[in-house]
Amino acid sequence: MIILNSIVIGLKEIWAHKVRSLLTMMGIILGVTSLVGMAAIIKGMENGMKEAMIAMGGVDKVLTRDQQVPAWQDHLADQAPGITLVDVHALKRSAPLIRLVSPEMSLDDVTISRGDKRSDYSECVGVWPSVLEMNLHTLEHGRFFNDLDEEQARPVVVIGTGIRDELFGKPSEVGREIVPLGETIQIDGQPFVIVGMFQEYIGEQEAKERARAKLEAAQGTSKAAAGPKRQRGWGRRGGWAFWRKNYTIYMPLNTAWVRFRSAGRGTGIPDPRLTDMDIKVADFGRMEDAIQQARNVMLLTHQGIEDFTFETQENQIENINKQIRNARMSGGFIAGISLLVGGIGIMNIMLASINERVREIGICKAVGATGPNIFLQILIESAVIAVVGGLMGLVVSELFVELIGVLTPSQNTPMITREAEAVAVGFSALVGVIAGILPAIKAARFSPIEALRYE
Amino acid sequence: MALLELRNVSKIYHLGGEEIRALDDVSLDIGAGEFVSIIGPSGSGKSTLMHILGCLDTPSHGTVTLDGIQVEKASASELARVRNRKIGFVFQFFNLLPKLNVVQNVELPMIYAGVSGSQRREQALQALEMVELGNRLKNRPSQLSGGQQQRVAIARALVNNPRIIFADEPTGNLDTHTGEVILALFRRLSQEGRTVILVTHNPEIAAVTPRRIEIRNGRIAEKVDARLAGLDRLAASATPAAAVAGA
Ligand SMILES: Nc1ncnc2c1ncn2[C@@H]1O[C@H](COP(=O)(O)OP(=O)(O)OP(=O)(O)O)[C@@H](O)[C@H]1O
Ligand SMILES: [Mg+2]
Repeated sequence: MIILNSIVIGLKEIWAHKVRSLLTMMGIILGVTSLVGMAAIIKGMENGMKEAMIAMGGVDKVLTRDQQVPAWQDHLADQAPGITLVDVHALKRSAPLIRLVSPEMSLDDVTISRGDKRSDYSECVGVWPSVLEMNLHTLEHGRFFNDLDEEQARPVVVIGTGIRDELFGKPSEVGREIVPLGETIQIDGQPFVIVGMFQEYIGEQEAKERARAKLEAAQGTSKAAAGPKRQRGWGRRGGWAFWRKNYTIYMPLNTAWVRFRSAGRGTGIPDPRLTDMDIKVADFGRMEDAIQQARNVMLLTHQGIEDFTFETQENQIENINKQIRNARMSGGFIAGISLLVGGIGIMNIMLASINERVREIGICKAVGATGPNIFLQILIESAVIAVVGGLMGLVVSELFVELIGVLTPSQNTPMITREAEAVAVGFSALVGVIAGILPAIKAARFSPIEALRYE
Repeated sequence: MALLELRNVSKIYHLGGEEIRALDDVSLDIGAGEFVSIIGPSGSGKSTLMHILGCLDTPSHGTVTLDGIQVEKASASELARVRNRKIGFVFQFFNLLPKLNVVQNVELPMIYAGVSGSQRREQALQALEMVELGNRLKNRPSQLSGGQQQRVAIARALVNNPRIIFADEPTGNLDTHTGEVILALFRRLSQEGRTVILVTHNPEIAAVTPRRIEIRNGRIAEKVDARLAGLDRLAASATPAAAVAGA
C-alpha cells in the first residue's frame, strides 16, 4: 500500500519538476543506453560471426595454407613443393583423424560473362565433390560433378544464385526464378555448361525481413509497393559471407587444372599447387591431435619442409571473442561510470527534495508515519526516478541502435536483447535504491515536531 | 487511571548556553471524554504541552502516560503508531499536503494504518461528509478557503477514529464566523464521547470548554470549572494553583 502510494508520489514529484528530473536522469539514461547499446552491438557481432562461420563451412573446418618456410629452412625454400594433390591423397590415406579433405584451385581474375552480361565478382574454384560437405553447400537444382567430369576435365560448372542474378537476371527484376541449367557461360572466353545451381544463401536477419515483406505484400500493404527494401553496404544485410557464397562458381578440379593452370598462366610453367586444401576433423574434441597428425603426414610428403600451416576457425572465434570481451569491458565501464554519476545526481536531487519537503514529512509523521515508512517512501521515490530514467534510456538506446544500423551498415546489425534491457533497468533500479539510502535515512530521522516547525 | 497522565514534566531548551524552560514541572491528568482547553499567553508553553501530550515530542524530565502507554520510554515508531491510532491533530496552519487532493489528504493516516484502498476511500468520504465537504473531493488544498481547509484537516484527524483530538489554535487563522463553525464541530466531537483538547490564547474560545488549563511561563495555573472542582484527581495534581485552591 505504502509502496504503491510512494510510487505514485514519486511519479508526481518527477512530473512536478520535469526539467530538473530530466537532468537528474541524464546519467541513468546514458548508462542504460551504453549498456543496452553495447550489448546490442555485441549481440550483432555474435550473430554475424555465427552465421559467417556456418556460411564458411562450420567450426570443424580447418584451412591449410601455404606459408613461408621457417628461417632455419631458408636454404630449402626452392624445394618447397607447396600444397598439392599429393598431400590430399596422403591425408586421405594416412590421417584417420581427418574425415574430409577438399582440394581447391581458385581462379583469380577470371572474367565471367554471358553475351554482353558479365559478373564483376566471382569465387571461381576448381573442386572435388567433397567441397559440398566442406563448405556446407546445398544443391537445389541440377547435379554436381561426377567422376567422368573430373577425369575428362569437362567444361561444366555449378553456380550460386548471385552469378545467376548477374548473368540471367534477378528473380525480383525479371519476375520469375530463372534456373539456367544447360545454359552456357564464358569463363575467360571458354564455354562452360551449367549443370547445377545452389540454393540462395541468406542470413537470418534477411530471411526475417523477406518473410515480413512477403506478409505485407500478401496483406496488400502499401509498403511493398514502395519499392525494394533498403539495401545496405555489401548488397544487403544478410552479410558478406552469404553474399560471397552466392557468387560461387565450381568446376571440377581437373578442369581448372587442365584449362587454366597447366598452361602455367603468367610463368609458362605448369603449376600443380592447390590454392587451398580444407580439411574437416573426424572428432571435434580431438582437433589438436588431428592437426598434429595432418602435420606429420604432410611433413613427410614435403620432405620436412614446413611450407604450410593450419588455421582453425577456432583461432578466428577466439579473436572475435576477444573483441567481444573488449567491447563488453569498455561498454560496461562507460555504463558503470554513467550509472555512478546518475546515482550521485539522484542522491543530490533527493537530498534537495527532502529539504524542500521537511514540513510535508513532518505532517506525515504527525499523522502516524513511522521512520521506516518514510525511509521506504524516499527509497521508492528515488528508485522510481531511476527506473523512469532507465525506461527512457531504453527508448534512447532503441534510437541509438537504429542510428548505428543506418550509419554503419554491416553484417553485424546490432540487436537489442530483452536480457540486456532487463539487466539495465534492474541496474538503474538498484542505483536508485542505493542513491536513495542516505536521503531516506536523513528523512526518516526527522523529529516530527522539528519538521513541523520547519519554515 | 486517567487517559492522559503527566507527572513532573519539564521541557527544557538550551539556546546558546541559556536555558529555556518551556514546561516547568507540570503534573496533569485528563480523563477520557473530557473537553479541555489549554489557555495562556503567547510563549507560555501551550503548544509544547500539547506536543508532549500528543506524543509528537518527549519531555526532558518527568513521565507521560497515554492510555496506559509510557510515552517517554516508547520508541519513535511506537509513538508514530500511537499518533496514528489514538490521536488526531488539527493545526493552526492546517498542515495539509499541497500536492494531494482533499480525499488523498484525508486518506493519509489510513495509509500508515494499513487500511485497504476501498475501505480507505469509504472512510475518507464518511469523514468528509461529516465536515460537509463531500462535494470538494478532488480539489487541492490551495483551491479551498481557510475554513474549508481546516475542515479537511479535521476530517483527516477523525478518519482513523482516534480517542483523542488535539487542536492547536484551530481558529487562529479564521474569521469569527468560520471559527464558530469549527468550534461547533469540536463540541460535537466531544458530545460523541471523544476526548478533545483545544489550545488557544483566546479566553472566549476557552469559555466553550467545561475545563480550562491555564499556563503561564511553563507552569500550570489551572482554572477549574466549579462542577469539576471536587474531583479527587484534581486535588491529586500538585500544581501551585490546585494547592492554593485546596487551602
Ligand atoms: N525548538 C525550540 N527551541 C527553543 N525554544 C523553544 C523551542 N520550542 C519552543 N521554544 C520556547 O518554548 C516556549 C514555549 O513555546 P510554545 O510554542 O509552547 O508557546 P505557545 O504557548 O504555544 O505560544 P503561542 O501562543 O505563541 O503559540 C517559548 O518561549 C519558545 O520560545
Ligand atoms: Mg503555540
